[in-house]
Amino acid sequence: MTLAYYPGCSLKGTSREFEESFLAVTRALRIEMTEIDDWSCCGASSAHPISRDLGVALPARNLALAAEQGADEVVAPCAACYNRLATAQHELGADADLAARMPGILGHSLPPALHIHNVVDLLAAYAPRIEELVAARVDPPLLAGLRVAAYYGCLLVRPNEVTGFDDAEQPATMETVISAAGASPVAWNMAVECCGGAFSISRTQSVVRLGRRIVADARAHGAQAIAVACPLCHTNLDLRQAAMTARGEEPLPALFITDLVGLAIGLSPGELGLARHFVDTEPLLASLAAEAEATATAAAAQESS
Amino acid sequence: MSGDGHADEFEPRITAFVCNWCTYTGADLAGTSRLHMASNVRIIRVPCTGRIDPLFIVKAFERGADGVIVSGCHPADCHYTAGNYHARRRFALFRELAAFVGIDPGRMTFSWVSASEGAKWRDVVNDTVARVRALGPFDEYRRLVDLPDASGESYATIEGLLGRTAP
Amino acid sequence: MARIGVFVCHCGENIGRTVDCAAVAETLAGHPGVAHAEDYKYMCSDPGQALIKRAIIDKRLTGVVVAACSPHMHEKTFRRAASQAGLNPFMCEMANIREHCSWIHEDRDAATAKAIDTARTIVEKVKHNEPLQTIHIPVTKRALVIGGGIAGIQAALDIADGGHEVVLVEKDPSIGGHMAQLSETFPTLDCSQCILTPRMVEAYQHPNIKLMTWSEVEAVDGYIGNFTVTVRKKARSVDADVCNGCGDCLAACPNRRTPSEFDAGLGTRSAIYVPFPQAVPNTPVIDRANCGRFKAIAKGIKKEVCGKCAEACLKGAIDFTQQDELVTEEVGAIVVATGYQLYSIGRAQPEGLTGYGEYGYGEIPDVIDGLQFERLASASGPTAGELRRPSDGKVPQTVVFVHCVGSRDPEKGMAYCSKICCMYNAKHAMLYRHKVHDGRAVLFYMDVRAAGKGYDEFTRRAVEEDGAEYLRGRVSRLYRDGDVIKVVGYDTLAHEPVEIDADMVVLATAIRPQPGIKQLAQTLSVSYDEHGFINEAHPKLRPVETNTAGVYVAGACQAPRDIPDSVAMASAAAAKVLGLFSVAELEREPAVAAVNETTCVGCLTCQRVCPYGAVEAKEIRDRDGNVVRTVASINPGVCQGCGTCQAVCMSKSIELATFTDAEMYSEIEALAFWP
Repeated sequence: MTLAYYPGCSLKGTSREFEESFLAVTRALRIEMTEIDDWSCCGASSAHPISRDLGVALPARNLALAAEQGADEVVAPCAACYNRLATAQHELGADADLAARMPGILGHSLPPALHIHNVVDLLAAYAPRIEELVAARVDPPLLAGLRVAAYYGCLLVRPNEVTGFDDAEQPATMETVISAAGASPVAWNMAVECCGGAFSISRTQSVVRLGRRIVADARAHGAQAIAVACPLCHTNLDLRQAAMTARGEEPLPALFITDLVGLAIGLSPGELGLARHFVDTEPLLASLAAEAEATATAAAAQESS
Repeated sequence: MSGDGHADEFEPRITAFVCNWCTYTGADLAGTSRLHMASNVRIIRVPCTGRIDPLFIVKAFERGADGVIVSGCHPADCHYTAGNYHARRRFALFRELAAFVGIDPGRMTFSWVSASEGAKWRDVVNDTVARVRALGPFDEYRRLVDLPDASGESYATIEGLLGRTAP
Repeated sequence: MARIGVFVCHCGENIGRTVDCAAVAETLAGHPGVAHAEDYKYMCSDPGQALIKRAIIDKRLTGVVVAACSPHMHEKTFRRAASQAGLNPFMCEMANIREHCSWIHEDRDAATAKAIDTARTIVEKVKHNEPLQTIHIPVTKRALVIGGGIAGIQAALDIADGGHEVVLVEKDPSIGGHMAQLSETFPTLDCSQCILTPRMVEAYQHPNIKLMTWSEVEAVDGYIGNFTVTVRKKARSVDADVCNGCGDCLAACPNRRTPSEFDAGLGTRSAIYVPFPQAVPNTPVIDRANCGRFKAIAKGIKKEVCGKCAEACLKGAIDFTQQDELVTEEVGAIVVATGYQLYSIGRAQPEGLTGYGEYGYGEIPDVIDGLQFERLASASGPTAGELRRPSDGKVPQTVVFVHCVGSRDPEKGMAYCSKICCMYNAKHAMLYRHKVHDGRAVLFYMDVRAAGKGYDEFTRRAVEEDGAEYLRGRVSRLYRDGDVIKVVGYDTLAHEPVEIDADMVVLATAIRPQPGIKQLAQTLSVSYDEHGFINEAHPKLRPVETNTAGVYVAGACQAPRDIPDSVAMASAAAAKVLGLFSVAELEREPAVAAVNETTCVGCLTCQRVCPYGAVEAKEIRDRDGNVVRTVASINPGVCQGCGTCQAVCMSKSIELATFTDAEMYSEIEALAFWP
């Protein structure tokens, strides 16, 4: 297998910390991949409501480039990019007319069917290696006992016949990754609820209302952090969380799934870009470190006595 | 013989083998609904497409048909439960054999027309007539057995047999 | 030499307008073998038929071709006329020059040419026709009814009351079916068991009904009037002849935690059990999968474990050594009345279906289905009729009923309407409100389909008198939030999202056929639709017959049905059976295949392709009784005349009467003379 990396615009701009975290973790897990040369925008979320051809052509161009550059698998960490790549591939397979006119639009021959990964299924495939790296650490396990709400949002699992990823209503792959990182996934109700997506700018109040439900449910089920796998979900739950949190409540850090894996296998908050988050992750990290230290001391004391 | 085209156009002769329960009744419905269609098709009724021996088709071509239609009940709707499945398998094979021995598969239409699909029957008839008309008369067999053509002249020359030139 | 008469019908203007009928008759008159040809305005009229009869007699015709409408229209008419004139009816055939010619063409010359071709084709066929005799089949006047629900009971009683013996086979330990589980029935709210149990007892005591419970149909051979049915009587482990139904064994059984099927999993029962107190027969069954003794035997433990039921039984009726028994029954007709099961929303689903992840895949304890609600509301149920929710026994203050769960949802693989849910949801809302006066009943519906006598009035009553709150829209999610179930939906009339905190949710899940239905259908050679519901022979005109003669269908195994529909179907099927039994012998068309045993090579390809199992291997023996050859042999009673065997016969040893090779090839060859 040859894996191509499609970053998409968010990871180079507003979600730089996601790329930092993603690249640091894939490096540590020894996942080899090459960024697609001359990649372009996937069109989300503006292209496909305007023109079907454009909505398919933009992602198809990137798939064609990846194939020409020798890849047979692509990973798109951004959920929207992932969804658009998968949708384009699905529609090209289902509509012969569209497939026939695509080479003329692209200036490339039609890409062959590639295996398109999102960050969650990629990490889930490497779960044994994550467990191995966590176990191999000399430091006490940092995430032991950390209760995490796995938040999928819409674009990873829907429409399920297009993405073919997990169960649209009750997905469980992210939980596998969280467990592999040594943390404890919580059972909660809002894993596939909408975060409001791009309405963050045009209808902030709606996004705050939706996000409040998500954060409140995570908190009610005992979560200490929310794991996300989408730049937009992260923006909404991180940037807007101040407005979602009642007075006197501690904010709930929204961490990328790669952040959790990175912390578990010993990467530093700096390598993972945690300083760029709006919700301060320091208090959580400090309490985790203290707890880990205490556990280690207790264990050492028991051993010596 | 009349089609939709000009008077001097070639009018293909087409034999249709249709099952009694679905397509024959569907063709009845086309009539009751007064759906006009090309008059080139002659219907032979069989109880079920399962009854159709591929030799019927060979015989039809031998006796001068330019095209053949085989039509029965849709899969899962066979009056006899499974006859149409046997027919489907048989004709999947026969089509290849026919192509091998020199009968253009385009001369044969295999279709499912239910008792409620009068309009579909009309389309099957018209499409087949148009397609066979484009293919021209089925002469290959006549040349082989030295039957006189329409003008009474014989094809029984080396060129005729090889199909290079017609007299 | 053939002497064929050709009769060309004008059908008033219908044929005459586009086909030159006189020209057709004139042309055919010159055709070899045609002794007479004429045209007439209305052949099917009395004078028209008289014309044919006179010609048959005067011209000593050996065959008749009527060029007129479709044979599906008037073949019977003309064959009867021919027969009245002394001609074998199968020597009369029709050439279709109306539906297949005059009505679909405009060009008079082309239509006339086609009519001539068509008539000539049929003339050539009739030249090769053989006189045939109608086949007579004896009838065994005894019926099998499969399924002991209300439909099966009704059909069995009607046939038995008509004076014929009935074998009623039920797979469960008792008859009664789903109706026995219901609390009250719509639209009258009368107690289900009160009206059902007398019928159950009547069926049990009827001298003409042989009841076989805890039994399943294993194999069916034969054909209409002459079926041989093999029934598996599953080992009951209780001697039914000795048992007096006292119930001491039930009390003695140490296992009391087996989920009760009758209570839809909400209550428990012992390992030796009768499904419910009014069960018919009242003979217990040992559920071997849950009985300590049998579990020990299955594990290979030699020591005899438990046996408390046998100790408790003063009659000595418990028999741990009992084995399944195969019983053969001879019957002339079969009624299939196997009923339904409810779709479950769980993650594990049979092929082609998906569960409801958005409703929690059935893992939220207070989300129940309609039958479970019936048991909660029933006086004989696990809560003795008090409405308490399964998780903690609390009386629910808000109950949400969801219509169309699975039904009308192509995404879930069931595009059909389950028909009875609109009514039973209204009933449930009423029953709930009658028991919990201050409770809130909210119903999410797509449409309220209350077509039936007194049905719409009933649903109106639920709203107007019992305060049921109907919300038009779908529920998108159900999830547990502490003590309550969050119901997230959309009100499509108010155009707004709705969220309700419910204490219990009742899902009207789709009606599905019973799990083993496809296997049973294949055993019976009847067809079923993509969901497994048995197909009726004609959706409008033959609603209780199947495509296999002598097999009839009643109740919810054919499509979702309520009680009145099921009972009506059952009585209709019984009427069909009684009609069949009212004749001494059956008559049928002689269009059957026969084997030429002198040329048959015995490859039996025909046996493999026959959809009816009509072909059997027959051994030909010499005088000393040694087998010389094996050939195929076709049972004319079973053969339905499709001709598939003839087309596959490599030695050309099979002929299907009325569609013989000679007849078919002469038709094909006749077309070679086209102008």
